[in-house]
Amino acid sequence: MKELLKIAWRNLWRSKRRTILTMTSIILAACMAMFTRSMQKGSYGNMISNAVKLSTGYFQVQADGYWENKSVDKTFINTPTLLNQITKNKNVEVVVPRLESFALASSGKHTKGTLIIATDPEIENKLNKISDKLIDGDYLTKDDNQVLVAEKLAEYLQVNVGDTLVLLGQGYHGVTAAAKYRVKGIIKFPIPQLNNQLIYMPLKAGQEFYSAYERVTTYSVMISNPEELNETVAGIKSELSDEYIVMDWTELNKEMVQAIQSDDVGGQIMLGILYMVIGFGMFGTIMMMTMERRKEFAIMIAIGMQKSKLFLVVLYETIMIGIVALIISLIITYPVLLYYFYNPIPLEGEFAEAMEMFGAEPIMPFSLDADIFINQTLAVIVIAFIASLYPLTKILRFKVLQAMRS
Amino acid sequence: MSIISTVKLNKIYAEDTFPVHATNDISVNFEQGEFSAIVGPSGCGKTTLLNLLGGLETPTSGEVIIDSKIITNLKSNELTDFRLRNIGFVFQAYNLIPVLTARENVEFIMHLQNYNKDERNARVEELLTAVGLKDKFNKRPGELSGGEQQRVAVARALASKPKFILADEPTANLDSKSTYALLDIMETLNEKENMTFIFSTHDSRVMERARRLVSLDDGKIVNDETK
Ligand SMILES: Nc1ncnc2c1ncn2[C@@H]1O[C@H](COP(=O)(O)OP(=O)(O)OP(=O)(O)O)[C@@H](O)[C@H]1O
Ligand SMILES: [Mg+2]
Repeated sequence: MKELLKIAWRNLWRSKRRTILTMTSIILAACMAMFTRSMQKGSYGNMISNAVKLSTGYFQVQADGYWENKSVDKTFINTPTLLNQITKNKNVEVVVPRLESFALASSGKHTKGTLIIATDPEIENKLNKISDKLIDGDYLTKDDNQVLVAEKLAEYLQVNVGDTLVLLGQGYHGVTAAAKYRVKGIIKFPIPQLNNQLIYMPLKAGQEFYSAYERVTTYSVMISNPEELNETVAGIKSELSDEYIVMDWTELNKEMVQAIQSDDVGGQIMLGILYMVIGFGMFGTIMMMTMERRKEFAIMIAIGMQKSKLFLVVLYETIMIGIVALIISLIITYPVLLYYFYNPIPLEGEFAEAMEMFGAEPIMPFSLDADIFINQTLAVIVIAFIASLYPLTKILRFKVLQAMRS
Repeated sequence: MSIISTVKLNKIYAEDTFPVHATNDISVNFEQGEFSAIVGPSGCGKTTLLNLLGGLETPTSGEVIIDSKIITNLKSNELTDFRLRNIGFVFQAYNLIPVLTARENVEFIMHLQNYNKDERNARVEELLTAVGLKDKFNKRPGELSGGEQQRVAVARALASKPKFILADEPTANLDSKSTYALLDIMETLNEKENMTFIFSTHDSRVMERARRLVSLDDGKIVNDETK
């Protein structure tokens, strides 16, 4: 009812200072809540997209048993029929066939354990833009028998473009794998884990090295609509026989997902505290507003206003305080978040290392996810309702004459 | 038939500690068009009786019958609705909603009764003009004198087209000039529109104007005279 809204709105400004003070505390809390949530969501998103895009893909198809010990023995044959079973799903964008395993790399006196990714250079590049990460030399072609070496690994092995290195490993069914490769390019990864140990080679060269002809360890799959991941995974699962395992990125990055979850608990606790600040601010103000106006309430009920309408006035007042504060918070916060969304803060020190451990770039990205703002709005409205419970009980038990006499 | 009648109306406060018999077996009738005052010394039960008549207080025993409806059995929210539609109130003080202007205060009660905008506008103008506040439509209570506030209260009480108006010491906080102005207005409304007014008062200025005096003492009617 418009009339009640008008009364509520004017009541707010009867005690300007108190209302402004209450709103200020809500604004501070809401800004902080939105800021920290944006930061958290942003960095989770960053970690996830790094992990998904740079290593695992949204989901993978593997041979049953590969995941447990990553043995080249648990591979499957890369056939067009199999590939087609996956690519025909509408949501599937790219399928990257990879043969991944370990090998020792040595050059002169230096030897180091490395991670070999044998892949289709063209498709992989579409996905990861590895050619952009080249700091020296050239990118691979399909039929090359050469390798790309990660920057720090190359430094350790003291190899440059044009040098050769020796790879030594265990191939398919125990066959010894050993070969010499020319370094075609040096690539620099933002993630130290990769930058320290990664070697890329064309899929065919890798299959030869491991004597795993026509075989791959994984299909990494990128999809166009991540929202439909579960449906897509389920669809692919039903399509393939049980020799194959389909794992989505949450399973492929269990550690990271757990780290995010436990960090998120901290975030939720923080939010809880901020909501309490908001709640107490509203509660205190609305309680005083109710107490001060006992006489007025008495008159209103005496002349024929139902208690339910009176309660609505009080509820409107509480919600208005919250909504006005929220709108101001949005006006303050949004441009700042927008700025940081496009200009993430670079990180240094221990914190940066911690992020790198989980394979994320050491930046503090911000999220503009609508959820952040929607959730704050809902939270404030819910808090307003809760804060009005006290005046509700007061109004329900309100004694008109007692209030008039006081 | 009487517009209001009471049957053996008793109100006992603090029944189980120090019982106070605020009204004691009061049976009284008021007719349409009366201009009456309930009088008596402080603590004799004037306010209590008025509140019982207005359905603001529930009697310990006895009945209040308004327009042949026994209101004493109504539930709390039914009673609120009954008050809205049948009774106009003017209290001693703090009558008005402070955040609303004079016009909005009068309109408010019509909002509660769901009058449409045209009806509201017409009636507000008519009533505020009748109480002599033509140029104070948009003033809030804080900007009005005590007498002006009481006049707005009278206008509001009339706005809902009640069957009668109850006024508990409406002049207690007013100077002589304002008191006479208010009495003049109420008298005019009484004469022109046949509106029933029942006051409680110990203000001699009001008693002079009232046409009937119901005197209470110790919760009992001790005298009832019509001039
Ligand atoms: N809520 C209550 N609890 C206990 N006693 C009450 C209550 N309300 C009124 N009384 C008592 O009932 C009696 C009648 O009170 P009431 O207010 O009706 O008197 P009154 O005639 O209006 O007095 P005044 O002229 O001072 O306004 C008084 O003795 C008063 O103390
Ligand atoms: Mg009294």
